[in-house]
Order: sequence, then C-alpha cells, then structure tokens
Amino acid sequence: MSQLQDKRKGDSPFSAERSADIRIVLCVVLSLAAMIVDHRRHDLETARDTLSTLIYPLQSIVQLPVATGQWVAETFARHEDVIRENQRLKQKLLFTNVQLQKLITLEAENRRLRMLLESSVNLPVRSGERVLVAELLTVDLDPYRHQILLNKGSRQGVRVGQPLLDERGIVGQIIHTGLLSSTAILITDPNHALPVQDNRNGLRALATGTGNFQELEILYVRNNEDVQEGDLFITSGLGGRFPPGYPVARVTKVEFDPTRPFAHIVAAPMAQLDRSREVLLIASEPESDPESEGVSPPPSPRTAER
Amino acid sequence: MLPHQPGGWVILFSFIVALLLTIIPLPLWVDRIRPDWMCLVLIYWCMALPHRVGVGAGWLMGLLLDAAQGTLLGQHALALAVVGFLTLKTYRRVRVLPLWQQSFTILAFVAVNQFLVFWINGIVGYPAPDFWYLAPALGSMLMWPWIFVILRDLRRHFRVI
Repeated sequence: MSQLQDKRKGDSPFSAERSADIRIVLCVVLSLAAMIVDHRRHDLETARDTLSTLIYPLQSIVQLPVATGQWVAETFARHEDVIRENQRLKQKLLFTNVQLQKLITLEAENRRLRMLLESSVNLPVRSGERVLVAELLTVDLDPYRHQILLNKGSRQGVRVGQPLLDERGIVGQIIHTGLLSSTAILITDPNHALPVQDNRNGLRALATGTGNFQELEILYVRNNEDVQEGDLFITSGLGGRFPPGYPVARVTKVEFDPTRPFAHIVAAPMAQLDRSREVLLIASEPESDPESEGVSPPPSPRTAER
Repeated sequence: MLPHQPGGWVILFSFIVALLLTIIPLPLWVDRIRPDWMCLVLIYWCMALPHRVGVGAGWLMGLLLDAAQGTLLGQHALALAVVGFLTLKTYRRVRVLPLWQQSFTILAFVAVNQFLVFWINGIVGYPAPDFWYLAPALGSMLMWPWIFVILRDLRRHFRVI
C-alpha cells in the first residue's frame, strides 16, 4: 500500500492518517453506492456470486465438524436402531404409496373435469416438475434476516427465484446463487411476500413474513370476507414465482377490527422453517417461462374449482 | 496487508480465521454474545500496523463478510471502514492504555459497528432488534485482551512489521 512507501521515503508518520481521511470518504461513498444498487437493482449479482464462490471453501470447512459428527453417529449406530428405523421407513413408504395412488386417481379425475369445463388454464402437472434436493449448510448468516445457505449452486442448475419447499409446504425462494452454493430467503423474512389463496373458498391474499419463524401475516383480506381459524392457505401461482397449489400456512388467529379496512390474520407456516435440514428445489418445465405464465391467465376457473 | 510485504500472509490468515469464527454455527445463547471477530482483528492490526492496515483493508474484509452473511453488499464494508478510520485516528492514545482500559475503547468501536449495521438493516425494512444488539459489543470487549495477546505474539513471532 502506498502509505508504506510514503513512510519509507521518510514522510511524516502522520501521512497514514491524512490518507485515511481520503480513503474513508471514498469507502463510504463506494459502500453507499453499492448498497443502493444492491437493494434496488440486480447489477451486483455477479460480484456477489464471485465473492460467495471465494468464501465457499471456508463455509465447507465450517461444515466439516458437523458432517463428521453425523458420519460417526451414522456409522456407529446400533444394529437394532438401524433395523427399527428401516422398519419405520418401510411402513412410511407403504403409507405414502397408498396416498400417492389416491392422488394419482384424483389428478386424473381433476384433469377429466377440467376438460369437461374446457378451461384454458394449463394445469401444471406436478409429476412434470423437476425436483432437486438441496441440503442446508450449517453456517450462521445474519441472525436478523431469515436466510439459509444451500449446498447446490448455479453449477447444479439453481436459478435466482426458484421456489423451495420441504415435505410440508413452501419454504422460500432462491435470492443469490454462487457456483456451488446458493442463498435462499425464507417466507418468514419481513421482506418476503407471496401470493396465496384460501384452500376452502379460493379467496386470494398476500402472505408476508413477520421475522418470526412461527408466524406469517395474511394481508389485504377485507373485514367482511370469510376466513376462519384453521383455514389452509395455498400458493395461488399468481406472480409466476411459485407453482400453484402447494400448502403455505394455516390460519391461527383472525381479528376483525371495524376501524381498519382489512382484517388482521395470522397464520403458522406449514413448512418447518427452523428445523428442516433438506429442502426441495422445484424447477418448472423449461417451456413454461416464469415471466409469461402465471400472471396472464384469468384466475376465476381455478379459484372456482379449488 | 499485501501478501508480498513481510508477513502479509499472517494478517490475511488472521482475517480468514476471524471470518471462520463468524460463520461457525453456535447455540443461540452463545450466538447472541458472539464477539465481532472481524472487527476485533481489524482494530488490532490498525493499532499495531497503522501504515499497512486501515480503512481499505476494513472495507475489503467487510465486503467478504457481506457476501458470507447475506447482507447488502457494502453494509459491513461501510461499518468496518468506519471502525478502521476511528482506530487510525485514535491509535496513538489507545495503544498506551493498559489492556482493560483498551477494552472499553473496543466496546465503543464495536458498538459503532453494530449501530451502523443495524441502522442500514432498519432502512432496508428489517425491524430494529431490542437491546440485545449491543451484546456482541460486550462479548468483543471481554475477548479483546486474549485477541490482543494472541495476535501480538503472532506478530512478534513472524516479525510482521
């Protein structure tokens, strides 16, 4: 750095401080510009991707003790435990298969009914969606943001905006991708909102995060609408980010305050946001472009049916 | 800070270890008072080698921290640059103090760092945390004497000047 050369040349020892004045102004301006661009636009994604790829080795080092612990626990698990778990899993598989059969018949019936109705809405076939399993890296991010780090990156085909879910419901979506890792924002982050609809009557609303893992707020539901405790909210597919029909949250509290235009509705996310270790990344079929699909079709037949 | 100068890699290594300690997962109660390692290491090197480590190094390390923690690019960079600046301005006075008195200066510096980071969080729309946000400053204050001794021995052993 140049200060050292100044010092070697025999300049006053205060030169470091004087150049610090210039540098701090430069750094503050640069930081402010970077933050504004990063917040408003997406021009800095490449810079962030490069940095996160640089950091990935460190993140895997941090991962090492946890991974080793798991490996040891799995390797030295007792024989009976393994057998018991195997039995349990077999039972679960059987159970799931039975449910799946029911689902297949339902799906077929659904398609038949749709054809009868001659609705133009193309039903996204769940079996047609490509699914990628990603594991959470146990790395601490900013504790005040609800973000998680996943061990799959752009090399495995992860894209920004891809939805994330676990076996119970929607978890969040990808916001940054590195080469080998990616960051996702959870639906409970205060800066996240997703379009939902009531599974019982098709009422559309918006679910935003509250900063609490157990709570979502359902916005813009008028006081005279029919929402009850225990209602399930599912993704509506509007906006095109999330595929329609996946469970999001169950209503835990409904308050109608006549002095306010909208009802105050709190719901608990279905997904285990603070507990799951693996998540599924959904990639919709390549021909269904997220920009073109979702927003355009009239949602009325869909809502009528659900 | 540049690696081709004597012992530059020692400085870089200490920052990398600090970054590791920052992202290592800890139980919640420890996490809340987790010292701001990057800040501590930066303050030490600014105080020991003000002609080599300063505002620029703090800014670069802050950028890395932003990428690692998923905050806005520039958020920690701004905070650490300001901490580097404050240290450069005061190192003459702080360097001669006994360690426990230095700790209180560190408390103030780390609190400034925390304040800047949460201020920006607040502007972007994250709800302001309660008084717990000062806990890392307290943790950093308690860790300072150890950090100081460890890094000083490292610096002397590898003759970083």
